[in-house]
Amino acid sequence: MRNRMVVVEGSFAVAHAVKVSRPHVISAYPITPQTHIVEDLAQFAADGEMNCEYMNVESEFSAISALIGASAAGARTYSSTTSQGLALMHEALFNASGMRLPIIMTVVNRALSAPINIWNDQQDSISQRDTGWIQLYAEDVQESADTIPQLYKIAEDPDILLPAMTCMDGFILSHVYEPVILLEQSLTDEFLPRYSPEIVLDPKNPMSFGAFADPSTYTEFRYKQEKAMAVALNRIEEVANEFNDVYGRYYGGLIDGYLLDDAEIVIMAMGSVIGTIKDAIDELRSEGESIGLLKVRSFRPFPADAIKKAIKNAKVVITLDKNISIGKNEGALCTEVKACLYNTDFRVPVIGFMIGFGGRDIPISMIRNLVTKAKLVEKGIFVESEIVDLREDLA
Amino acid sequence: MKLIIKTVTKPGSTRANKTGAWRSFMPVFDHKLCSKCGICAIYCPEGVVHKLENGFYEPDYEYCKGCGICANECPKKAIIMVLEGK
Amino acid sequence: MSLLKPGHRGCAGCCDALAAKFVLDAIGEDCIVVSPTGCLEVFTTPYPESSWGVPWIHSLFENAAAVASGIEVALKALGKKNNTRIVAIGGDGATLDIGLQAISGAFERGHDLLYICVDNEAYMNTGVQRSGATPLYASTTTSPAGKISSGNPQHKKNMPAIIAAHGSPYVATASVAYAPDMMKKVKKAAQTRGPTYVHVHAPCCTGWRFEGSKTIEVGRLAVETAMWPLYEMENGVITNVKKLRNIKPVEEYLRAQGRFKHLFTAESGVEEIKKIQAIADWNVKNFGLE
Repeated sequence: MRNRMVVVEGSFAVAHAVKVSRPHVISAYPITPQTHIVEDLAQFAADGEMNCEYMNVESEFSAISALIGASAAGARTYSSTTSQGLALMHEALFNASGMRLPIIMTVVNRALSAPINIWNDQQDSISQRDTGWIQLYAEDVQESADTIPQLYKIAEDPDILLPAMTCMDGFILSHVYEPVILLEQSLTDEFLPRYSPEIVLDPKNPMSFGAFADPSTYTEFRYKQEKAMAVALNRIEEVANEFNDVYGRYYGGLIDGYLLDDAEIVIMAMGSVIGTIKDAIDELRSEGESIGLLKVRSFRPFPADAIKKAIKNAKVVITLDKNISIGKNEGALCTEVKACLYNTDFRVPVIGFMIGFGGRDIPISMIRNLVTKAKLVEKGIFVESEIVDLREDLA
Repeated sequence: MKLIIKTVTKPGSTRANKTGAWRSFMPVFDHKLCSKCGICAIYCPEGVVHKLENGFYEPDYEYCKGCGICANECPKKAIIMVLEGK
Repeated sequence: MSLLKPGHRGCAGCCDALAAKFVLDAIGEDCIVVSPTGCLEVFTTPYPESSWGVPWIHSLFENAAAVASGIEVALKALGKKNNTRIVAIGGDGATLDIGLQAISGAFERGHDLLYICVDNEAYMNTGVQRSGATPLYASTTTSPAGKISSGNPQHKKNMPAIIAAHGSPYVATASVAYAPDMMKKVKKAAQTRGPTYVHVHAPCCTGWRFEGSKTIEVGRLAVETAMWPLYEMENGVITNVKKLRNIKPVEEYLRAQGRFKHLFTAESGVEEIKKIQAIADWNVKNFGLE
């Protein structure tokens, strides 16, 4: 192995991946709640290790707004945020996508208030589903870091030009120390071309950005964002392979499978819970269960075709969601998987479990229990979707 | 249809919109009274009152909306607003 | 030929168009303009058209200062800053109300940019709702004069003082009615390094309810009655004030506008005009206008 592994905090590994991706402008507000990623980046800047302008802004709203300006001026840009901070950015997220600015952001997934809680779930980024950002969810620290240059390559593709966020679970990945390979500068330079947008804010070519669109022109802006997402579906796969060619690591493109091909029970999930599920599957397989995992890496664009193909042999599908659409009693993955299967001939029960809210632990035993529960469908006992692991004394 | 919509627009392209059609009163410039001070050009919100080669000023009626600021501000009262015939 | 091209959809007699024209005339081609949401933004850039002859961007209502600071930083990072001026041109709502936090952050960080507030004293683009810049007793659609109301009950927020408190090297007030003075100040602000600010008084014929031909006349009355003092501040200290001869009573200014009409019909108007006169008197004393 040509690379030496080091044990670093997840946030550091991501910050390092940002550094070697050579952004021109980083803008961040370090709180609501705090993340180490921008602290590490600030240190790189302070030590002269990055040829980059680091902006300390007064809110997440200004963090993303400054990057809108910087990106329109032709800069490669980065920010990192989490939960409340991401919610505060909400309005500007639509704006960045509508103006087709390929801003990259790491979202450290954490729960939203109230009640205030700083621990992990994915309600924050799922709530930004419709903002027109590409969303990739990482399984571990290495993937969280490796996704950064991949996203720049995808987002800056002239046929895509959409902002993109990589989502990593708060604490579980951001604050954990894991052995990782820090991305090499030379390989990253080989993998990721320089960003050279065609039109930028430039007095020599004075174009106007962000015009006012009336009903006669607005629809086409949305249509073309959707088309760009369709291009991204292919590009995410290609770039994952290109990354593998250069660095020798692969996490799946849009999706990834684990013991999936012959599996009758398929668990679907996103993020760090994938690791726990794999352990549970190993145990269940050794006990003779026909079970596998479908990891959803890309939530936007949503890989409906890839998912349909991957689960065509399943007898039951379990979706695990660390988020809820309150009033629908479902997590987003559950809703989307069911929706993408409806207009097909393929009929399979999809059972949604909502777990891990506000950082509640998800042990292997819980996954096993959920599988047992899902299998009751064979006996006609069908739970469509529910929050699990409720405390009786509080519920 | 091109894949990437031109989210950017070209400089000065509102020129396609001839706002002169908005006008109900038109400013008429009397060069006999004019002192060539240029105040009419400075305070035209459309930026369409031009200096001629002879030093006098005239508006571009293709865009003039007939707001009447030029007439109101002219220190020599050399501009009068005239109701336009249809 | 102005860098703000004709064909825009501003009202006949529009103060915003005048202000933007003066800013571009003063600064020239080598600038990048940021507009928050507002009249100026909407009427100059109906897709796929633009009136701007300089690079221009609109993002949102409350973030113009943050967008402008991002542009400034990007140009530095790309080695393209040179002499290019970054100019935000925002209305009073985008400046005094919803965008105040981003402005405070940008001025604190000390970016090399110029922020211009075109103050027509209410949210005109959306139908004349009151803002933090609406003066005492002006009737707007959200502070209407009525049987038990004399219009806007609050005083106008003193934005230049707030900016000056951030340590800005150059803060000035100006008026569209005094074009040479305004352009001189904009030029000076643009030539001063660091975050600078020019607050431009801009009478809106539609929102203030007067004939479009009177935009300049009403603006002049605001200055002549001491309702809008013209001054410059350098590093927090007032260094220049436009002196007035024969200061007119505020009544002349108020009477010219429909938004103060109720002060001349209701009984209580006499007392309320006195309170407005007191504001002008304070300006005279505080800024040494005589």
